[in-house]
Order: sequence, then structure tokens, then C-alpha cells
Amino acid sequence: MLGRLRAGLLGALGVLLVAALWDLYKAFGPEQGVLVGERTLILPRATDLAMPHTWEMVRRLFEPATGLRGAPTALEAVLDASAFTLSIAARGWLVGVVVGIALALLMTRFKIAEAGMLPWIVLSQTVPLIAIAPLVRRWGAQIEFGSFTWENEHSVALIAAYLAFFPVAVGGLRGLKSPARTHVELMHTYGVGWWRTLITLRLPASVPFLLPALRLAAASAVIGSVVAEVSIGLRGGIGRMVVEYAQSAGGDPAKAWAPIFGAVAVGLVAAGAVGLLTLALRPFHLTETIR
Amino acid sequence: MSAAISTEVSAQDATQPQPRPPLLNGLRLSDLRLSAVLAPLAVGAAFLGGWQLAVDGLGIDPYIVPAPSAIWDQLVAARSNIVDGMVVTGRNALLGMLLGGLVGVLGAVVSSMVKVVDQMAVPIVAALSVVPIVALAPVLYTMFGAAVDTGRIVVAALAVSIPVYLNTLRGLRQVSAVHRELMWAYAATPTQVVRTVTLPTATPYVFTGLRIASSLAVISALIAEYFGGPVGGLGKAITSAASSSNYPLAWAYVTGSIVLGLAFYVVTLLVELWFARHAPRT
Amino acid sequence: MTSSKQTTGETTPGTTSRDTSAQAQAIDVVGVDRVFRRRRDEVVALQDVTVSVAPGEFVSLIGPSGCGKSTLLRLVADLDTPTSGSVTVFGKSARQARRDQDYGIAFQQAGLLPWRTVASNIELPLKLHGVGASERRARSCELLELVGLQDFGRHHPDQLSGGMQQRVAIARALAERPRLLLMDEPFGALDEITRERMQNELVRICRETSAAVLFVTHSIPEAVFLSDRVVVMSPRPGRIVEIVPAGGGMGTSHERTDEVRDAAEFFHTVATVREHLHGAPVVGARAVENR
Ligand SMILES: Nc1ncnc2c1ncn2[C@@H]1O[C@H](COP(=O)(O)OP(=O)(O)O)[C@@H](O)[C@H]1O
Ligand SMILES: [Mg+2]
Repeated sequence: MLGRLRAGLLGALGVLLVAALWDLYKAFGPEQGVLVGERTLILPRATDLAMPHTWEMVRRLFEPATGLRGAPTALEAVLDASAFTLSIAARGWLVGVVVGIALALLMTRFKIAEAGMLPWIVLSQTVPLIAIAPLVRRWGAQIEFGSFTWENEHSVALIAAYLAFFPVAVGGLRGLKSPARTHVELMHTYGVGWWRTLITLRLPASVPFLLPALRLAAASAVIGSVVAEVSIGLRGGIGRMVVEYAQSAGGDPAKAWAPIFGAVAVGLVAAGAVGLLTLALRPFHLTETIR
Repeated sequence: MSAAISTEVSAQDATQPQPRPPLLNGLRLSDLRLSAVLAPLAVGAAFLGGWQLAVDGLGIDPYIVPAPSAIWDQLVAARSNIVDGMVVTGRNALLGMLLGGLVGVLGAVVSSMVKVVDQMAVPIVAALSVVPIVALAPVLYTMFGAAVDTGRIVVAALAVSIPVYLNTLRGLRQVSAVHRELMWAYAATPTQVVRTVTLPTATPYVFTGLRIASSLAVISALIAEYFGGPVGGLGKAITSAASSSNYPLAWAYVTGSIVLGLAFYVVTLLVELWFARHAPRT
Repeated sequence: MTSSKQTTGETTPGTTSRDTSAQAQAIDVVGVDRVFRRRRDEVVALQDVTVSVAPGEFVSLIGPSGCGKSTLLRLVADLDTPTSGSVTVFGKSARQARRDQDYGIAFQQAGLLPWRTVASNIELPLKLHGVGASERRARSCELLELVGLQDFGRHHPDQLSGGMQQRVAIARALAERPRLLLMDEPFGALDEITRERMQNELVRICRETSAAVLFVTHSIPEAVFLSDRVVVMSPRPGRIVEIVPAGGGMGTSHERTDEVRDAAEFFHTVATVREHLHGAPVVGARAVENR
């Protein structure tokens, strides 16, 4: 308990230290930054425009988001957008996890599937998703059955899933393959089939690998949602807000930081929620040491 | 709130006999077999063939997805522009990788030696690992100017530094009890312990971090171009080709960026395998 | 309850056959307790242990798992400190002896550095203590020959079998010509055939280097074959039940050959050790069983 408290205090101290460094640089750093050659800045400009005071960033959160009368504070606007992005990311995460686990199972079951697919799964993550985002939207526009129409929201969630499935597939595969040969052979001598072996041995053994993968997937889903919102042009979420608020940076430099804080919050909430799942699956962690 | 990420780091040193890290670790050069090359090639060929047939047979609009042959034509026709774009984006990604790798490794070394620094870094690392780094691009552009590459390099460096930091830190803590006790029995100085045992143990982990970060570096440098800056890189080229409705060309640029990301990945993978070649098989 | 006390003492059988009055004992452990405290639990790993090893003498520690053999050896190696009592090595504190590099050590796991070749693993302690390259090379050649691995100097540990790795570890322990060797079940992971061969080698190595040895094992024949004296221990709390001299018809520990394995004296000593291990006729052991 005392350790927790200490860790929390030190963590807060770390954040304060970064903020202090920021403002120290701003106070003593060169107005026009540090140049290399003609025009390449290697240290930033220390002007109010380029680097608003940290307290300005915080204060800005509590001022109205826009000049309109009755506009909500920036904090409220950011929270709204965060909730929206979080809900999309959650859907993307769920789809990604299901797909990732299915792929991991497939690759565990068939060696040839692993050999043939794993490189492509790795390759899939080198595709800049911002390039495929508009494409997904266009594909989605073709889909329509009954009362269901494909919204841009779904495209964003799909792209989130595209990032989220990767750690799950790879981590799941490693986990499912983690039981020692002796354990697998033991199951074989019991005359137990592949599915029973999966349920009694491989799945529990994969938990220690799956949990960090699920957490990574949550962070990836958030990142995917934010970036996809930008490139698809979906309004209402944090991604779009980053771009919009950055445009007003000329007159209101602190405002651009509000959605960034929001993005951090969304990511932490997502990862934290998956962390709670970890607690529920804690008993299976034992498999790690039994091996 | 930071518990989610911090447990990943601290749980690893709490339970000492923590085995391998979760992702593709424990790869070895000797694991590369012919089937490991042929099978994915077959899958790739089948995929491209099916794609071509579908586009030809169903008469799919290039607006939806252009045929591989059309993309190939554009690849050949615009190859010098594509290579130029790869050089611009690749240079940012490479500089970002070097900078981020350096920051990640140095940070991890400091954190592993000074517990207080380690704990102070937890929320910052947690925040950086869940935030889309490219979202920082706009504010970085106002800090460094959008016309020069500094902002894009910093984006790539930030994206790289986190996985490198986490993996290096993990590696620095992997020193086995036998090795630690052996060094103690030899009355080795702290510097000797670091040089003979800690660093060699951590090296494969550093490269694991770099490998995970490699394609991230390319993608981050590329996406950062979407938030502003001069024409020249792949990211800008993809958008401008798409906005002038030249979809095969846009796809040709996408192909260029995939090749670039793959090149980064393969190089770091080979370096990683080289350093891990004598690591005990897990 | 502390009835095992009388079985041990400064003048133990076996030491009398050697001249110990002039020089310090290689190891002198007097009245040592080691208690591990973990939250509420308390494990008495060693209780009132007194034992000594003369220069050039071979002493084995034997007993069931968890009786504190490793703990005792680690106290001598200064890898751990006693809760009470004193440990001296060549008349110095264990810490000073470690600083002076008065002993070589081999663990149950070979503990070779996987990224170094076999030869440079053997040279490691020499390198750490500033021995020049050419001298190191010469010494590792010598030692490779001693352990019968002259052709493997340039291999990496992962290319060697378990037995070969263990021989490298022993060569490494001998690198600095220590007057004392500490070995914790060094042959524990080996098959019986390799094991007997390694035992013969160890006899030869000890004869050639005339080092004192503290040797942990849970094989009775191994302990008897190798030792001048066998220290029999019992668990919970870990303490010395009896110290059985192994000599007479078998000669000193330097004179053992394969014939000894068939000698009547050998079988007799094995039987004595076994009796003490199983406790029946021994007062001290019965006291333990009644707890
Ligand atoms: N670091 C430690 N912390 C807590 N208990 C320990 C520790 N080391 C050893 N023990 C306990 O001390 C007892 C003796 O252990 P050990 O010396 O390793 O036995 P042996 O080598 O004879 O099998 C065991 O009950 C073990 O659990
Ligand atoms: Mg032991």
C-alpha cells in the first residue's frame, strides 16, 4: 500500500518535472529556437505561440471551447469527443480481438497456415492505414441491407480493428504454442484430441501472453480510431478535434493541447479497462510458473 | 489510470522468472526454412491473382480498387517519383529511428539504474504509449515549423522511443540469477557486471524493440506529412494522387510505402536475429 | 531439541588425519543459523551448524531437498549472510575471501554466458581480474585439456551437451587455481554414465590441483566416492545429523579409482550414510521426526 502511494507520488513528480522542463526551456531557450544550417530547427522556438505555458494549457481547458455564446468549456468538448472516440475504439477492439484470436487458433491448428499467413500479418502493419482509410469509407458506402447502412463511424471502427488484431494474433499464437512439448505429449498419451488439448492446456497457457496483447490492442484501437477519424473526416471525435483546434493555434496556441490531453485520457482509460480484465484472469497466470 | 501500462513493466520484475516477452521474441536465424519463404509467397501470389481476376471479371471501378496490373503500370511509370518519395520519408523515418532508439536505450539504462527515475517515468511512458504520436504533429509543426523535417523526425522518434525503452528496460532486467551470482562470486565491479552480463543480455531486447518500432517509424513519418508540410514525401504523394482521382498512382505510392516499411522491418529483424543467435532457446 | 549439537564439533573425525594446526582451515563454519523471514512465515534453513573443511580436503553435503545444503554453500561463498554464527574461509571473513578470490564456484546450472565462446567463458574470471590476453589464452587451453574439451574452445555453449557445458563450468571454476572449490550439485543434471566419468575426472582434478572442495549432492554413492568426509543433513530445521568419515580401505579422496566403487568399504560407508539419512538409529534425526 505504501509502495503504491510512493509510486503514485513519484509518478506525479515525474509529470511535474516534465512540465517544469517545458517552462524552463520556454523561459531560457532562444526565442527563435536553435538552427542547424539555414533553416532547420533542432530545438523549438520558445515563443508563446510555439510553446504555450503549461498552466495556460490547463487553464484553457476551463474556458469556452469557441467564441459562440453558451459554448461548453474546452474540457467538456474534449470529454464529449473522448467518449465518442472511446466508443468507436471499443467496437474496433472487440472486432480486432475476435479476429486476432481466430487467426491465432487457425495458425496453431495448421502449421501451413502459420507459415503462409504470419508474414502477411506482419506486413499488414506496414500498410499506412491512413492510405486505406478513405478506401474503407468508399467500400462501406456500397454496403446497405435492410435498414442497416454503413456509417463513417463503422469505417473508423474497422480501421481500429485493423490495428488491434495484430498484437492479439501474434501474442495469441505465441501463447497457444507456449506449452512445453512434454505437456502436449502428455495430453497425447491421454488420448485427448486437439480441441480438448486446446481447452485444457493451450488456452490457459496462452493467458499470460494474451493479456499484454489485449492491452496493446486497446492502445492500438485508440490510435487507429484517432488517425482514421482524421483521414476519413469523421466529426465528433478526438481525431478531428486535433486538426480543428490546431487550426486555431495562431490566435489560441494553448487550445491545440486540449484534444491531445483527451487522446491520452482515452488511451489510458482503454488500457486501464483491459487492465481490469487482467485481474479477472489472474489465476491463469500460474501456468506461467508451472511450465 | 496509469496502472494498465505500469503493471506491464513492474509485474515483470516482481515475478522474477518472467519468461520471454510476449511478441515475436525468441526468433532465430536457424528457424528460417524454405517453407517459411515458399508458403507466404504462394499465399501472396494467390491473393494478387484473385484480386486481378476479381477486378477484371467483375469490372470493378478503379475508384473502389484498381487492378494489380494497373498499379504495377503506375509503379513502373512513376518509379523515379516514388523512389524520391521513399527517400524523403525514409530519411525522416531513419533519423527518427536513430534518435528514438538512442533516447529509448539511454532512458532505459538510467531507469534500470535509478529506481526513482523509473517510477517517475511511468506515467509519461504510459501516456506516450497510448497516445497516437501523430496527433502531436500539429503542435510540433508550430514549435519547429512545418516547412522543415524536424517535426516529422520528432514524431517518428517519439513513436520509436517507447517500444525501445520498454523492451530495453525489460532486457536489462533479464539477467539470470546464476549470472548475477557468478559476477558477485567474482567480486566484479559494477561496471564489469554491466559490460559482461547486463548489456549482452539486454542487446537482443533492444533490437526487438527496434524491430517492433521499425515499421512504426515509417508509418509515423508518413502520416505526419498529412498534417502539413511541403510536398515530396510518400504521405503527401498519396493524398495528392488520390485527390486528382489517379487511384492506381495512389496505390503505387502505397506500395512504395509498404516496401519502405518492410525494408526497415527486415533489416532490423536480421540484426535482431544476429544478436540473438546464441541466446538460450526458450 | 538441539540434540544434534553433540554430533558436530571443532574436532571432527577425518580432520585429525591431516595437519590442521599450522594453517587455517579452508572453511570454518561455527554455530551458524540462517532464518528466512517472509512476511509472517519463517523458514529455519540452517540451525546451529558447525563444520570445517581442511585445506585439500573433500567434504560433501548430503541430505534431502530443502535441508539447507545450498544455503550453507552460499554462506561460504558470501552469496548470503548468516542470521547468527560465523563463517571463515582461510581464516578470513567470507566477504574478504570472496574479494580475494580464494574460491572457485560451480552451480547446478552451468551458468555459461551464451554469447561467449567456450574458451572465453573459461577466461571470464581471468579477464575480470585483469589477466593479460596471452596468459588467459594459455590457461584456457590448459583447462580445456583438463576437462577433455580441447576441440571445443571456439564453440558456443548452445552447441554443447549438458555434460559438456558442466565441464566448461568446472574449468571456469578452476581458472584462477583456487585453493577451494564450491560446487552445488554440479552433476545433478547429468546421466549416470556421464556422471561417473565426471566424478573420476573430478578426483583427478583435485589430485592435480590439491584444492579443498565443498560439494553438495543428493546422491549417496557420489558423496561417498568423492569425499574424505560426508556431512549428513536433515531438514526443518536444516542441521547436521552426522559427519561420516569416508576413508579406510578407500584411501584418501585423491586415491579413488573405479575399483573403489566395488570395494567393501565403499558399500559399508554408503550404508552408514543411508542409515543416518533415513534417521532410524540416530538420536538427532528421531528428534526431528517427532517435531
Ligand atoms: N532466498 C530464500 N528465501 C526464502 N526461503 C529460502 C531461500 N533460500 C532457501 N530458502 C528455504 O530454505 C530451505 C533450504 O533451502 P536450500 O538450501 O536451497 O535446500 P537444499 O539445497 O538442501 O535443497 C528451504 O526450505 C528453502 O525453501
Ligand atoms: Mg540446493
